[in-house]
Amino acid sequence: MIRLRLTPVLLGVLLWIASAAASTLAEFKFDSPAQEQQFRELTEELRCLVCQNESLAGSQAELAQDLRREVYQMMRAGKSREEVINFLVARYGDFVLYSPPLKPSTYVLWFGPLVLVVVGAVLLWRVLRRKQAPAQDDLSTAEQQRLQALFDADRPPGNP
Amino acid sequence: MKSYLRFFLPLLVFVGIALFLFRGLAIDPRKVPSPLVGKPAPSFALPELRDPTRTVSNADLLGQVSLLNVWATWCVSCRAEHKELMRLAREDGLQIIGLNYKDERNDALQWLRQYGDPYRMNAFDQDGRVGIDWGVYGTPETFVVDRKGIIRYKQIGPISREEWEATLRPLVQQLKVES
Repeated sequence: MIRLRLTPVLLGVLLWIASAAASTLAEFKFDSPAQEQQFRELTEELRCLVCQNESLAGSQAELAQDLRREVYQMMRAGKSREEVINFLVARYGDFVLYSPPLKPSTYVLWFGPLVLVVVGAVLLWRVLRRKQAPAQDDLSTAEQQRLQALFDADRPPGNP
Repeated sequence: MKSYLRFFLPLLVFVGIALFLFRGLAIDPRKVPSPLVGKPAPSFALPELRDPTRTVSNADLLGQVSLLNVWATWCVSCRAEHKELMRLAREDGLQIIGLNYKDERNDALQWLRQYGDPYRMNAFDQDGRVGIDWGVYGTPETFVVDRKGIIRYKQIGPISREEWEATLRPLVQQLKVES
């Protein structure tokens, strides 16, 4: 019953989200659906600097609106994806990219997790191998004799 | 010796990670380092705020150490910073050039009448296009530009007395000494 009653609410919320996303693109006219698709993909890869967890495509911040217009005009002027990205990175830094570029200062970011997994796997493998190997706790003759002596000392005299 | 290592290695790793994360707590993600630092100021030419027949351009940044201060009347923390800018203009005699960002001319003029005018001149960037070239994403922002027109530092957020004394003033002094 509850589920039935919630359905319209959920639908409403989804519609609201969809319309909010659409309204950020409403002001732009495109030559073709492919161009619109390209614009959408590009602005979704770019971060809005004001609300940092939103993309340029989704943000209603004023700067995001300006930058969308800028990206749109550059695209209309025939600029390539790289040119648009370079334009924004030159002004705002790599931070505008959701996917940071591979370069020495980001090696830790890109390869760190891989290194951790490899190190973990090596350690795990070593531990597992040690457990499988036969126990290496054989005592030397001298230790055997001492152990026996201790056992014997504990035993009450007369008992076997 | 080896067993020592066995016990202390996890501790060392933990301390390493803890230091790393602790350092992270002190970094403000809202302050994005500007790629423009160390580069020549982006070229621009905009009408002056008071006198639209005059042009303010990056040529006005040459010859002396300047602050380029991005501000707007709709920006609340600009109001907080304004007092400090007034003091700097008065006491340090520093050239402060304003970039009035996405504002209304009359509002801006009213603001300067009401609170005082620390600016040598103001570029009026109504549509924020020049702001994009300077990588502006929040106001106030202040760029320290040396006499050759190279951006040497970017302050994000209002300049407080403490920040001026600790960071900006020593830098400006050093740049003034440089030829």
